[in-house]
Amino acid sequence: MPDLRTVHLTLPARTEDLRKLEIGSVAYLTGRLFTGREGVYKRAVEDGAGMPADRAALGSANFHCSPAATINPDGSYKVGAVTATASFRFAKWLDGFFKISGCNMIIGKGGMTSATYREFFVPNNAVYLTTVGYGTGALLGRGIKHVAGVYWLEELGLAQAVWVLDVENFGPFLVESDLQANSLFERENAKIAPGLEKFYAGTRPATLRRYGETDDKTEEVI
Amino acid sequence: MIPLSSIQRTAEDLMAKAAIEIPEDHLAGLRQCANTEKGDLSAFVIKAMLENYEAAKEDRRAMCGDTGLPRWYVKIGNDARSEGGPVALEAALRRATARATANVPLRPNRVHPLWRTDHNNNVGINAPEIEYAFHPDADWIELTTVHKGGLFGTDYRMLFPGDGIEGIKRFYLDTLIGFGKRGLACQPAIVGIGLGGSKDTSMVLGKQASCLRTVGSRNPDPKIAALEEEFKELGNSIGMGAMGFVGSSMVIDCHIEVGYCHTGGMPMSVHMFCLSSRRACARVTADGRASFRTDPMWFTDYMRRDTVDWERQAAEAAE
Repeated sequence: MPDLRTVHLTLPARTEDLRKLEIGSVAYLTGRLFTGREGVYKRAVEDGAGMPADRAALGSANFHCSPAATINPDGSYKVGAVTATASFRFAKWLDGFFKISGCNMIIGKGGMTSATYREFFVPNNAVYLTTVGYGTGALLGRGIKHVAGVYWLEELGLAQAVWVLDVENFGPFLVESDLQANSLFERENAKIAPGLEKFYAGTRPATLRRYGETDDKTEEVI
Repeated sequence: MIPLSSIQRTAEDLMAKAAIEIPEDHLAGLRQCANTEKGDLSAFVIKAMLENYEAAKEDRRAMCGDTGLPRWYVKIGNDARSEGGPVALEAALRRATARATANVPLRPNRVHPLWRTDHNNNVGINAPEIEYAFHPDADWIELTTVHKGGLFGTDYRMLFPGDGIEGIKRFYLDTLIGFGKRGLACQPAIVGIGLGGSKDTSMVLGKQASCLRTVGSRNPDPKIAALEEEFKELGNSIGMGAMGFVGSSMVIDCHIEVGYCHTGGMPMSVHMFCLSSRRACARVTADGRASFRTDPMWFTDYMRRDTVDWERQAAEAAE
């Protein structure tokens, strides 16, 4: 079995703890975090609504996801599995989001670019953790101990609402970015890309071209 | 006459089974990846996924929080009759989808494309998709549900006969690498390729090839079967593994389905059925009983027939 370094972080995470993180380490979280998808980012940042509650109520880690959950007739919640959605779509709102949320941790799928880390994450002492798989929804569901609140349910619906989750040994995640803006995905892509050319030997571009595409396999498509 | 209550009850059970229980053929394929994977990060991901399937079954919770876009494939025996006819059948499948969304629970992913209206039940305009096929000499109805993620791992392109196998290979690699980076396709995946047909048929065939055939199955045309093997090998040799980390686990299996197309064209689609390849199937018989399985057995000789008439039936009738 691969021997990856494992760390346990308490939320809200302290900057000194985040500074010690190395990309490629496995991380488990204990504490409070809240979910956010496009609806939340658009409403909070673009539409100027601000955050639905203060930092103590929401926590300072944002998970790009929404759970497979339902609200029971008595108002309690049934949370099944939870899995991240791809994070690159959120980059355009990040600057404003960090300012109003005070977050220092983003959890999601697929990471963002090192340019985004440098520009928005590092100035806010924030790191990015990626979910694993990406389908470890049942394992993550086990780590949710309590739903501390749901915001913007009426405005955004079940699948887009802000879910505040108290979690324990919630994971696994992989550290994708550190406070130097290094990216695990970009490191891996840089190892793989140079070897791809040979598999294209003998092939040629499709007869009918498309506008706006790239043939440079070292390029990120996000 | 197949009772409507049996159809709806079976459909609800199928929704839960698909969301929670990983099909055996997929699990075996992934274990094979786990045994051969040398990349430490990629191996860690696969191990976590194997643990996740166990957790899902133990807790009876969905294996992935993104429960995809639940949809239906219905195969109707030529002699089958269901209570209330096809309209009642469709209503039962829509009801089962809505009820299972609350009961499993599934994530209510379905929204209006423009107004983002969410009924919180995975039902709406043209949703869930229900596709139909038929089977000769049978009086049962088979229901298959597939919960496939909705965003990444699929692409379509109009190729031309002159592009040849090498053009097909290039588009296959492009799709794998483009969606494989950062693991957007949630690989290792069951890759389905649709070749030919009209443009929409090319998409439909590729999707069905990835979602409705089991790991290890081969196309009956030996040359296409060889291509499936070659593409599986090729996908696993590009140096990319789970989540786009260095490794060898991209393709659990590769399935190709073909349809006759325009003489000037060669449309192609590629689909990747993710690590949480969710499918469940049941045959409901006239007595209302359901027998569950994970192999939809969708692609039959009848489905792939290339003649005007169904000759086997004609031959049998002549005897």
